[in-house]
Order: sequence, then structure tokens, then C-alpha cells
Amino acid sequence: MSVARDEILATLRRSLGVNGVEAPRRAAVEDRLARSPSGVIPKRSQVTGAERLALFKRQAEEGLATVVLVPDAASVPAEAARYLRDSNLPATLRIGDDPRLAAMPWETTALDVSKGPSGGGDLNALSHAFGAIAETGTLAMVSGAENPTTLNFLPDNHLVVVAAGEITGSFEELLGTLRARYGKEKMPRTLNLITGPSRSADIEQTLILGAHGPRKLHVIVVEG
Amino acid sequence: MTVHSTAKAFKRNAVRAMQDEKLQRALSHVRTNFIAKRQSAVDKLPEFEALRDTARDIKNHTLAHLDLYLERYEAKVTESGGHVHFARTAEEARTAVINICRRLGAKTVTKGKSMIGEEIGLNEALEDAGVKPVETDLGEYIIQLRGEIPSHIIAPAVHLNRDQVEADFRRVHTGLDPHRDLSQPTQLLAEARHILRERFLAADVGITGANFLIAETGTSVIVTNEGNGDLTQTLPQAHIVLASIEKITPTLEDVAQILRVLARSATGQDMSVYTTFSTGPRRAGDPDGPGEYHVVILDNGRSAMLGTQFQDMLRCIRCGACMNHCPVYHAIGGHAYGWVYPGPMGAVLTPSLIGLGEGGNLPNASTFCGRCEAVCPMKIPLPGMMRHWREREFERHLAPAPQRYGLALWGFFAKRPRLYRPATRLAMWALALFGRGRGSVPFLPFGAGWTSHRDFPSPQGPTFQARWQARGKQGKSS
Repeated sequence: MSVARDEILATLRRSLGVNGVEAPRRAAVEDRLARSPSGVIPKRSQVTGAERLALFKRQAEEGLATVVLVPDAASVPAEAARYLRDSNLPATLRIGDDPRLAAMPWETTALDVSKGPSGGGDLNALSHAFGAIAETGTLAMVSGAENPTTLNFLPDNHLVVVAAGEITGSFEELLGTLRARYGKEKMPRTLNLITGPSRSADIEQTLILGAHGPRKLHVIVVEG
Repeated sequence: MTVHSTAKAFKRNAVRAMQDEKLQRALSHVRTNFIAKRQSAVDKLPEFEALRDTARDIKNHTLAHLDLYLERYEAKVTESGGHVHFARTAEEARTAVINICRRLGAKTVTKGKSMIGEEIGLNEALEDAGVKPVETDLGEYIIQLRGEIPSHIIAPAVHLNRDQVEADFRRVHTGLDPHRDLSQPTQLLAEARHILRERFLAADVGITGANFLIAETGTSVIVTNEGNGDLTQTLPQAHIVLASIEKITPTLEDVAQILRVLARSATGQDMSVYTTFSTGPRRAGDPDGPGEYHVVILDNGRSAMLGTQFQDMLRCIRCGACMNHCPVYHAIGGHAYGWVYPGPMGAVLTPSLIGLGEGGNLPNASTFCGRCEAVCPMKIPLPGMMRHWREREFERHLAPAPQRYGLALWGFFAKRPRLYRPATRLAMWALALFGRGRGSVPFLPFGAGWTSHRDFPSPQGPTFQARWQARGKQGKSS
């Protein structure tokens, strides 16, 4: 333990007029960490079913993503191929090892699909989201071999598949599913919450898409 | 010592800023865009005011238990394979960063936007240590090319116009076609994206700031729109997070509450494009991500602000709403404040961090209109704290002599109403005489600060107090 650490803690305690071992203070901290209380949850997020899906779509589009609904997972490759074709983009895709993606019928399309993280040379990538938040139209991506983090940022065009059943209403509901997956007080190495394509307004406050991350974000929601 | 301050020369800086035609053109965007965008985002969320209260309460609770949450945060980072480096001073923080870079043999470092990086003057220290720092946020990249500090905490290059950026790019990006078209902001962005992409891929170490450090999970959070912070932290072999102690937040749910007011207050978005939660280094089976994860936690005077009149300032989440709504900031921009943090939050924070002797002018840079406090998502009483600093400045005799004597003289009369009334009557009579025929006074002794820019209207009729008294009598009789 460093001198700096001990001195900072000592100064904090002197300023607060405490010694760090007071039982009520320790209990207050343990209680908050154990219960992780929710505060105010916007009413807008408290919707279910078709309404929740519509909210997600509306919010994601407000964030300048494009959103398409498909009936089942088997329809994803055709939708990805259509999107790239309609956007005048080459028929290439970089994907991770996600078994949900591997099970899709890519061979029915003319797409040239390669696997692994991105080294910066990929124009298009497709990832499977962990979930999404309808409240703000936000995608939740977790790191790992299934969906490498580099795919979220290096390619020019990012396509993201999300299961309609994994779209939560509020941010807090998503945190609940994260805890269920990774355990209490645990997190994936990286959780990327993504709301629309990359942008900057640093020059004369003019909003421009495609700053350093993807220029386009296309969301494919699987309803089945 | 931290980065060099010119806050002492605030008055001269402010005069120069007001005469700078280019700066005034650039600042016109602040007045309109930021305010309208925030208002529209706030109007769409009926719970916004309630969220301000919960956000404030979360930070108050955290600050009251900061020692314990810091300990827990450190334990959780260590548990996930990361390292926490505590730094009492800017120098200790710089040393911690440089030691990591040296151990890894780093030649270049990419940087996401970090105000702590600015506060500790990291770029200069890295260069002295033979490591090349590359700022990757577009605004930060532009000001790094110009050798400037940010003029705004979320829009570092807001003081510049497009043509100035074009000139800088032509000057620095010498390998490109000199006849290329850079007349549009999109072309400037495309060029920066192209140049910086190579830097991202070549960097040995990536340094980012943090909007939150989560005690529950040992997680650091960055909030960006460009994606530069993510490329910065994902591609190199090590990720270093720079943060100050008050960034600690207890739980993920607490972060969710504060995030709801952060982006809305800053850029008027419901949610910024990228909100990234990072917990430790690359794990078994990960095909990408940094091999090492370090967090440098800076104090630099903050621990001593707890328990004082300035504790509330530690709730600040660096959204920039206070400066976006500040008439003084609108008039002079950020650089006139002379140090890293401009606007109302800077006017309160700067004297705390570098001393009243250096930053004592800044709390005077306010009309006390109260807009900063009204829009602050954390409900920080900024004008009240500026008033505390003014009192201290007066008590310590740091204010200029004419101001001190003037205030003392006024105070003498103000405390003695029997003297005050005839004295003000006399002053008004003299002013009215002086401005007779014109209705205004072109020159006042000790009042050149006013009269060299506009005439002082000469008094019409009796004093306010006399009229108030007369009104009271009327009221009673009717």
C-alpha cells in the first residue's frame, strides 16, 4: 500500500471528521452496494411488447441509427445483404464467434463472411448485442470472442443484431440482466452502450457523422 | 505544480478576448446551440427535475463516505486484474503514467479527452520523457496542433472557426495534396479520421479519462460521441485511466441515474453515442482489448475541499452546462479564465486547486445572474460559492486597494442608515447636476470601468429609498 494512498485516505477522513471504522458509515456503504437501489425511472421506459419495440425503434432512429425488424434469426443474413447492397457497400462482413450468428444461413447469400476481431481493414462488421434499452434506443454490447470489441469501432459500417425479447424498457432492467449473467458485483471486461453512429460537433458545432467509429449503424431486430 | 496559469491576468485576458473578432464569431455558436439543445432534451423528460435531486443525493452520499467507497473501488479493480495508483499531486500522477510507459517501452500514446490530463499537464511531461502523446478527440487534436489548452470542458476547440482549423491542418498535414478541398467541416473531419486512424493502430499505450469510477464493480466509465476513447483504450497493450477521487460512484444504478442528466445537460442528447464500462484488462479468450489496465487516481487538493464551504463543487460531473449558460463565458470564452477549468465551475474550482492568490480574480467574473446554478444537473450552488471566495479575497486583502477601500467606505455608510440616506441624496444630487442637460454622465471618478464603454445614466428624481418610503406611506393611507 502506497504512502500516497494512505495520506489521501487520511486527509479525506480528517476533512470528513471520521476515522473510517465507524459502524454506521460502514453499514450505510455495505447496504447501498448490496441493494443497489434504483432511483427515478422515467415513465417513458415502462412499456412492454409492441410498445417497447416501437419505443426502441423511435429512440434509436432519433440517435440516427437505422432499424429494421425481421421475423426470425434465419432472416438476418438476407437483411444484412440487402442493407449492404442498398447502401452501395461491398458484400463483405466481419463477425465474431457468436454461436447465434454461426447458426444463421449465411451461405444463402453472396456475402463474403470472415471471422475474428478487426485489425482496422474491415469495411463492414456485424455483431450480436447482449441486449438493448428501449428508453434511449441504446444497444448493449459485451466483449469476448463471440463479439470482439474492435468490431464495434474500427469498421465503417456496423450492423448489430438484437433479439426483440432482450430489449429492456429501462437502463436499470438491463443492469438486472447483466447481473443475472455475470454475477453480483461482476462485469464483462467491456460493456459498450451504443446509441447511434459515431459523430462530432467539434468544428463550429456542426454535427457530422463518422468521427472515429462507424459512419453508419444498422440495427436488425429479430422478433421471433 | 500543475499546468501554468494566467488566471492572475484575468482582466487583461478578458479585455483581449472581447476585442478578438474571430473569437467573438466562434462564441456566437455557444450562445445559441448549447442552450437550445439542452432545453429541448430537458423538455422531453418530465422526470428531469426529480433526477437532478437523485443525482445530487447520490453524490452527497458518496462524498460523505468517500474514504470507504475508494477502498472498495480499489479492491474491486485489483480483483479484476487491474492496478490502482494513488497520486496526491499532479507530479505523482505524471510519474505514475510515465513509469508505466517506460516499463512498456512506449513510443507513442493515444489519448482520449481527459480534463485530468490537462490539469496535470501530462502531454508536456510525456514529451519530456520521450513519449509522443497524440490527442484523438477531434477538438483536443486541433488544440494540440495549436499548442493550446481547451477553452471548454466538453468542446475544447469551441473558440475556433472552420477556416482556422483548415489553416492548421494545411500547416501540419504536409504529406497531403496542397490543393485539396477543405472548405467543409466534413472534409476536415475526414482528414483527421484518416490521420488519426494510423495513430490508433500504432499506439503502445492508450490514456483516457473517466466520467465515473464504480465502487461496486471496480469499473471505469467514459462517455463520448466520437468513439476515439474506445479506440484509444481497446487497441494498445495497456489502458491507463486518469481520474480524480470524486469520480467515485457507488453502484451501476447510481451511474444510470447520473447518466440521465449528464448528456442532456451537456449536448442535449438523451444518451451520448458511446458509454463504455471497462473492468480490468483483457481476459482469457478475449481476442482484443488491452493487456494491462491501470487507474491513476488524483487528489490534487480535492480531499481538503471536503467538509468546507466548497465540498458541493465535488459533485460536478463536468457537463459544461454552467459555462454554456454563462453571460461572462459567452463574452470572453474559456481561455481568458487562464487555467484548465473555465466558466462558473472553473471560477469556483480553480482557486481551490491552485490557490486564491492565483485564481482569486475568477470568482469576480460573474454577474450573479444565477443561470449556472439553475441549469446545473448536480444543483451545485455556484454563485454562492463564488461569493464565499469573494469574501475570502476581501478578508485576505487580495483585492486591489481601490476596491477594498471603496467597499469599506460603502460599508461604513451602509451600516449607518442615518448617514447613508443623506449621503446617497448628496451623491445623487451631484450626479444629476453633472449630467444636467444630457441625461447621462460621460466620466466618473474611479468609474472608468463603466464610463469608458458607455455613459452612466444620470439619476432622475429622488433616491430609491426615499421613493420606497413615500410609497409605504401612500399604501398605509389608502
